[in-house]
Amino acid sequence: MDGLTHQIIAGIATGGIYAAVSLALVMIYQATHHVNFAQGEMATLSTFIAWSMIQAGIPYWVAFLATIAISFVIGAAVERLLMRPVQNAPVLTHVGVFIGLLLIIGNATGWIFGYTTKLFPTPFESERPLLGGLVSAHELGSTAVTLAVLVLVYLFFRHTRLGLAMRAAAYNPRSARLVGIRVGWMLALGWGLAAAIGAVAGMMVAPVVFLDPSMMLGILLYAFAGALLGGIDNPSGAVIGGFAVGVLENLAGAYVVGTELKLTVALAIIIGVLVVKPSGLFGRVVLSRV
Amino acid sequence: MSATDRIAALPLRRPAAGLAAWQRGALLLAGLAAALVPLWLLESFHLFQLTMAVIMALAVLGLNIVTGYNGQISLGHGAFFAVGAYATAILMSHLDWSFWATLPVSAAVCGLVGYGVGFPALRLGGLYLALTTFSLAVAVPQILKHRAIEDWTGGVQGLFLVKPDPPGFLPLNADQWMYCVALIVAALCFLLAWNLIRGRIGRALMATRDHPIAAEAMGMDIAALKTQAFAVSAMITGLAGSLSAVAVEYVAPDSFSFALSINLFVGMVVGGVASILGSLFGGLFVLFVPNIAEAISKAAPGVIYGVLLIAFLYLLPDGFAGLLRRLAARLRRGAG
Repeated sequence: MDGLTHQIIAGIATGGIYAAVSLALVMIYQATHHVNFAQGEMATLSTFIAWSMIQAGIPYWVAFLATIAISFVIGAAVERLLMRPVQNAPVLTHVGVFIGLLLIIGNATGWIFGYTTKLFPTPFESERPLLGGLVSAHELGSTAVTLAVLVLVYLFFRHTRLGLAMRAAAYNPRSARLVGIRVGWMLALGWGLAAAIGAVAGMMVAPVVFLDPSMMLGILLYAFAGALLGGIDNPSGAVIGGFAVGVLENLAGAYVVGTELKLTVALAIIIGVLVVKPSGLFGRVVLSRV
Repeated sequence: MSATDRIAALPLRRPAAGLAAWQRGALLLAGLAAALVPLWLLESFHLFQLTMAVIMALAVLGLNIVTGYNGQISLGHGAFFAVGAYATAILMSHLDWSFWATLPVSAAVCGLVGYGVGFPALRLGGLYLALTTFSLAVAVPQILKHRAIEDWTGGVQGLFLVKPDPPGFLPLNADQWMYCVALIVAALCFLLAWNLIRGRIGRALMATRDHPIAAEAMGMDIAALKTQAFAVSAMITGLAGSLSAVAVEYVAPDSFSFALSINLFVGMVVGGVASILGSLFGGLFVLFVPNIAEAISKAAPGVIYGVLLIAFLYLLPDGFAGLLRRLAARLRRGAG
């Protein structure tokens, strides 16, 4: 029984990371109807930036905040420089640009920082076992951090003028522009926020899976699965979906398919959701009028 | 402008339009000669590379049918390539089939798998298909390594096989014959694709891509068209996989990583989306550009790939084939 509880708790801890990446994906999807295939690579780059700062002797939490700020700028810059020129192009072009971005960032990361696996420090250490050894300090800490991020994002969108403006720009760009919201900049902000959230997820997962340039590829897959499970147009659904996928993945890995097929679990969830309930658990059913 | 004129003015691709019969014949002969000359000019390693380029061109052609002509974005065609390669490898190494006999089986298996993968994402927008196939591409090596099928797939070690022997009456060695085999299969598939695209089905595919609602109103069964396009596309890419298995004489899970699917996608965009000729350029690009870039740095091919992909999408969205087409049109205008 202890084993099961442990698997569930570990699942919640990784689920928090998936939830954060799902949220980043859904934020960009809501604003632009794009799925950012390069989200994982962007997060990996951020994590490497944090790693080099920590290597250089900067305290963890300073590096943490600085990385978030840098990632925000990178995300916003990508929107301004790369996505803006093709915003009216067909979907194939968008997917192509995302894939190009994935290739550039992924390989540049390997080029700059090398392909060897690196240890990434965790700020959460504990002298004695927590909850009778059921949960590690890092699991507890990273879950707390991702939850804090999710709450902050929620408060930002719900209770600030800027958050309201961003929601308006995503929901109805034309009307938003008419009331004086600078829609283009709201999109760039959204991209920046998504990149920042991705960076947090990257820094929280790196101590567990170790840091290397392809670290986030599998995580991106789970995040896709989480976003689809929760409904790709519903941010809180995506968060719940991310947690659910984390638990499912851990349980399936421990009791059903073994660790070698963990990625296939994500694929199965994606296909399963698309076949059974394409709008996800909490998504809006999209009707198109002819 | 009458209705028929307008239909005639639709941008349907006719590569040889405006050429006289003798010109077409000359082009065909020139192409054949260009394809056969390397047999005697190149030493075996370079001939092997060219063989792989032909195979990649075939794989890109498969992707082009579903993504270029039918507008369904697939980021996971490496998976079908893998299925084809493994189908051939398993039949040849476990059951001692001859290479040629494995081709129909490989095509059928890939077609079925393509149908199965295309089906769930059918009812949804293009992005969902891109997502599903992206996940498929990432998951493929893991599935291939799985213990349950290890007896058949050879697990991480993979399977070894041998090239088909050249027929006795031809003065060719195994590498040269392999090049011919790739050329023959690819030529047949290109011909098949060309016939498919320029006819009724091809127009239906493009109509489904450009305006699904209008196409449906015209009586086209969009769901059937899309799944069938996926099956044909998977079949062609799978045949390319079969060829690659014997050309390399080895299959292993890590040769069919996510990068392969991305390479095919990049090859398609750079060669020319929705262009049969473009698939050929795509194959050459996929094989030769990384070789050149790898000389610079291990990571450089990826970065150069990404930069080229984005540059093409911005500057030449119809790829290399589109550039050639425009040049040819300009020449013709100049001449007339």
